[in-house]
Amino acid sequence: MASKKSVVPFGPQHPVLPEPIHLDLVLDDEKVVEAIPSIGFVHRGLESLVKKKDFKEMQYVVERTCGICSFMHGMTYCETIEHIMDVEVPVRGRYLRTIWCEMSRLHSHMLWLGLLADAFGFESLFYQCWRMREQILDMFEASTGGRVIFSVNAPGGVLKDMPSDMLHAFVEKLDGFETELHKIADIFLNDYTVLTRLKGVGILTPEEAHDLGAAGPMLRASGIARDTRKLGYAAYGDLDFDIITSDDCDSFARCDVRIREMYQSIQLIKQAVDKIPEGDIAVPVKGNPEGEYFMRVEQPRGEAIYYAKGNGTKFLERIRIRTPTFANIPALLKTLKGCQLSDVPLLILTIDPCISCTER
Amino acid sequence: MPKFMPFAGTMLKNLFSKPVTTSYPEKPAVYPERSRGHVEIAVDQCIMCGLCSRNCPPRAITVDRAAGTWTINRFDCVQCGYCTEVCPKKCLTIIPGYQTPGTEKKEAVYHKPAPEKKEEA
Ligand code: SF4
Ligand code: SF4
Repeated sequence: MASKKSVVPFGPQHPVLPEPIHLDLVLDDEKVVEAIPSIGFVHRGLESLVKKKDFKEMQYVVERTCGICSFMHGMTYCETIEHIMDVEVPVRGRYLRTIWCEMSRLHSHMLWLGLLADAFGFESLFYQCWRMREQILDMFEASTGGRVIFSVNAPGGVLKDMPSDMLHAFVEKLDGFETELHKIADIFLNDYTVLTRLKGVGILTPEEAHDLGAAGPMLRASGIARDTRKLGYAAYGDLDFDIITSDDCDSFARCDVRIREMYQSIQLIKQAVDKIPEGDIAVPVKGNPEGEYFMRVEQPRGEAIYYAKGNGTKFLERIRIRTPTFANIPALLKTLKGCQLSDVPLLILTIDPCISCTER
Repeated sequence: MPKFMPFAGTMLKNLFSKPVTTSYPEKPAVYPERSRGHVEIAVDQCIMCGLCSRNCPPRAITVDRAAGTWTINRFDCVQCGYCTEVCPKKCLTIIPGYQTPGTEKKEAVYHKPAPEKKEEA
């Protein structure tokens, strides 16, 4: 007997969604047979501002693409311009960028852990995660002057230096952070209730992950070792790290990968603080960009791609940003197929969706 | 091996510890030294070149050379700090202290104590 299917609209407003995405869930009983997405609720047209803001001002526009990886957006944009204009950023500037990048990853993953806890109803755990995240935001505020938008990047380098006593104070704070992280991670990785919600839910096989073009922790949790940081942008080429993967391919694996990435970020910051040389943090940039460049970076959510094309005037001709959430939506739809309706919010969260930056 | 209630310890501790949040505005917020709160101008050093106003991404600054005024709409300013970078006289700084909310978008006007200086130059 053919069963009757029903369609449940999910989003754009939903408690688990901080940002609007809409899914039409085709249900057979409680089971999702298909999910049809629609996006475009928060399109801001940042890319077209390139016609009105010159290439140096544009940095302040692109870093507003996302409120979590704003540093990385600014940095990627600047590196794209630097490549077009053949500008060599001083080593200290590149190290500072790396340190800020890894701090971004730390607070992004901590935010995600909190949201995950909230999705399975652990309200108190959610607040504990966000309390810890606050320490990183304080570090950002002390070093850049902003908690969300940092404005420390410019084509040619960074605008603010971190003196060595500040760097060492940060390392000390991160030690405390790491101890707390061990306690919090224990809950996510070992609690009975959490495990029943995460284990075996939302399987994405390595083949599917590859074919659907998944990115970031989503891809690495399916056992594919791909991390754009290995391309060696900023100072990553000088640092020693392994790509974190998991072979479980389920929601638990994605949680596990993100937690291990946080430990890795702390290690990377410490390495960078040990190795950071003295010197200039920026070089002056003269002239206008002419030419084009593709830049790939590893954001907390996965690989972001920047494309910029300059025509020799101070206004760029085109800039294109592809964010990791966009790449992860096809994989999300795959994992949603066949899941229970009650698992939908959790599965949407496991890709760490950032809709506003997807729509720019 | 799954654990049962590994969170209990943290919860209990949380129950008996002080809140991590502070009761603002009773206790004023402490901003670090680098906090980007608002733009401050040392208007007597300003040469009215207008670079800041041409480069400010949201165009929050207006410079009127003839009248000798430097005007900022603090509600449009996004505290990016680009004006402080481009100012040739380095007379702009960003200091802690956020713009307080208001009911209308008022502009802050600074007058250059001009005449004597101009005659000197
Ligand atoms: S801080 Fe930025 S937004 Fe504010 S006046 Fe200066 S350039 Fe304009
Ligand atoms: S850039 Fe500096 S000197 Fe020129 S008008 Fe602005 S504040 Fe004055």
